[in-house]
Amino acid sequence: MTDLASTGSAGHRASCERARRVADRTLADQTLSTSEWPAGAVPSDLISRSRKRLGWALMAAATLGLLAVIALQILYKSDVDTIGFETWRPVVYAYVLWGVALGIGQVLTRGEDGQRALFLLPALLFTIAMVIFPTLFGFYIALTDWNLSSFSGRKFNGLDNFWQMLNDAYYRNALFNMVLYVLAVFVEYVIAFGLALLLNAQIRARKFFRVVFLLPLMLSPVAVSWMIGKSLMEYRFGPAATLARHIGWENPAFFSNPITARISIMVLDAWTFIPFMMIMLLAGLQAMSREVLEAARVDGATPWQTFWQVTFPLMLPVSVTAVILRIIFKLKLADIIITVTSGGPGGATDSVSSFIYREYRDRSNVGYGTMLAMAYLIIIIVFVTWLLKFASRFVRNVN
Amino acid sequence: MSVQTTDYAASEIRSPASFVANRVFIYGALIFWAFICLFPIYWTITTSFKTAVDVTQGHLIPFVDFQPDWKGWRSLGLSPDSIFRTSTVRDEFIKRFMNSVITSVGASSLAIVIGSLAAYGLTRYRYKFAWFRNADISFFFLSQLILPPVVLALPFLVLYREVGLLDTRVGLILLYTLMVLPIVIWIMRDQFNSIPVELEEAALVDGLSIWGAFVRIVMPIALPGMVAAFILAMVLCWNEYFFAALLTSTDAKTIPVMVASQTGSQGINWWSMAALATAAITPLAVIGIALERYLIMGMTAGAVK
Repeated sequence: MTDLASTGSAGHRASCERARRVADRTLADQTLSTSEWPAGAVPSDLISRSRKRLGWALMAAATLGLLAVIALQILYKSDVDTIGFETWRPVVYAYVLWGVALGIGQVLTRGEDGQRALFLLPALLFTIAMVIFPTLFGFYIALTDWNLSSFSGRKFNGLDNFWQMLNDAYYRNALFNMVLYVLAVFVEYVIAFGLALLLNAQIRARKFFRVVFLLPLMLSPVAVSWMIGKSLMEYRFGPAATLARHIGWENPAFFSNPITARISIMVLDAWTFIPFMMIMLLAGLQAMSREVLEAARVDGATPWQTFWQVTFPLMLPVSVTAVILRIIFKLKLADIIITVTSGGPGGATDSVSSFIYREYRDRSNVGYGTMLAMAYLIIIIVFVTWLLKFASRFVRNVN
Repeated sequence: MSVQTTDYAASEIRSPASFVANRVFIYGALIFWAFICLFPIYWTITTSFKTAVDVTQGHLIPFVDFQPDWKGWRSLGLSPDSIFRTSTVRDEFIKRFMNSVITSVGASSLAIVIGSLAAYGLTRYRYKFAWFRNADISFFFLSQLILPPVVLALPFLVLYREVGLLDTRVGLILLYTLMVLPIVIWIMRDQFNSIPVELEEAALVDGLSIWGAFVRIVMPIALPGMVAAFILAMVLCWNEYFFAALLTSTDAKTIPVMVASQTGSQGINWWSMAALATAAITPLAVIGIALERYLIMGMTAGAVK
């Protein structure tokens, strides 16, 4: 095939490729997302030697330039030489230019293949620069004693932060709270499923209700925490407090007792995020085939039986996706806690993120805060990996 | 709440009485939840028209319980009588508002551009970077979703200070792009997968380059998906608080940071806080209502096979 492709005319080559691919596709699984593309107009072996050389030279020059700027800046910052820049920003520009040169170089040296790489390169270079480097840098900061408010500056102190973390009751408490907050997802899931079923029933004004139910998701959590947390649940005259008094709760102080404070935070967070799961579950319900439900009905199943024996098992994959995504979002929970309780009373409502936020904001403890964050990252990665494994096994076993 | 017992099977009702009971239950539950969703919003909007007495006495219904007053909006400089006068609060508010608009639109646009390109590449071609193949690269992008902001926040604080991006909109745009990129790639991958490859093959036969085929054939078809991804990204960026609170101080502060900083002060001015909260949530509420279809499309991408 490659022989043909390089010798035949462009039109012949294309039609040939097409025939081959049509044949391939009939064999291949239709759901496969990747499909090999024909070798395009300029296969890599048709690129002239001088063009390739130009491309290599460009990439080499750009790499050397980038390294030179970095080296210069390191030397300048460590006071070895006097030429350099005030900030590290030129390094950023150099990285961007290097990326551009890399892209051009790819096209020059690899032709069509290079053009394909061009689709992926921007996102890849961007993510690598924005994630890998800061994370590695973060691991370094985590091993230093660095308080922005003290004059001594950054000091390497090995694993001291780590040992301090192990004895930090507040951090453990925050981790424990995260467990509670994650468990609350299942309550949210039940409510969201109920709402999705309601919206999927034969009702009038479905669009109206759908928009209304979706609305909380649009609102900024910070505004929500004021609207609900600080005003509706206000102790003296918030309507929620008034209602609670009417029901018989004499002292409706939502945020003064650790347990009610935690529940209030969960309610606030649930209010904003239930629509998210609801919409996914609704999509799942609407994609379900009517025939199955009809069949269940013909067989004389009650609605209750239909739900547990047909709907729920069929909805399991969507449910698992929704719950996992929601848990991932829940693990980032911070803004509501920061703005409503700032972790209080006595750290009872702290999530890990809000605790670290205050560790930095109030105590300027960059080194220790970063160690906590990095430990959290590792815990999350382990947990989510386990969760994904467990979920896929769970879905397979039930179905 | 045991609402899941009510089923879609309204057609299944046997007797008129149980039909009525079923309807009453369904609409009752719907209206109850609609009330839960709307009441906080209603409360906020009405509070922005209340005076101190009305707030403390818990008045709820305008014109019946209390006489609406422009007080809250006047304190923001946005009431009819103060809108043409100079107001430092309004200038501040508009500055924050514009910061929010610029950062969220900027970040969403950037994420859409690089995210769509990457998603297109990943659905159409096979890549191999060292031992990384398509599945690994996709996983690399999507795995950024679990990265909690707090992990990046402190390193970025230090790095941005070194690079001179602290308290700038560009700095926020870059971070927000990173934050929404996995979601955009997720949605767009789903979108491109649903477009038949034959269209591009025909375009290639007609002599377009692969980029020409992408821009002239694929992009117009994928436009609804891009709008969906853009709006979802907008919502996330507009509401983002954590990075904005840590990385901005005076110049690039966004609306959520402004709202949060007001709540911290002693003795909250209920009416002005309510007005501010209303102003902060209005743009997205409008977008949410007007473009609900796209939002749902974005959120359900890839969820249902």
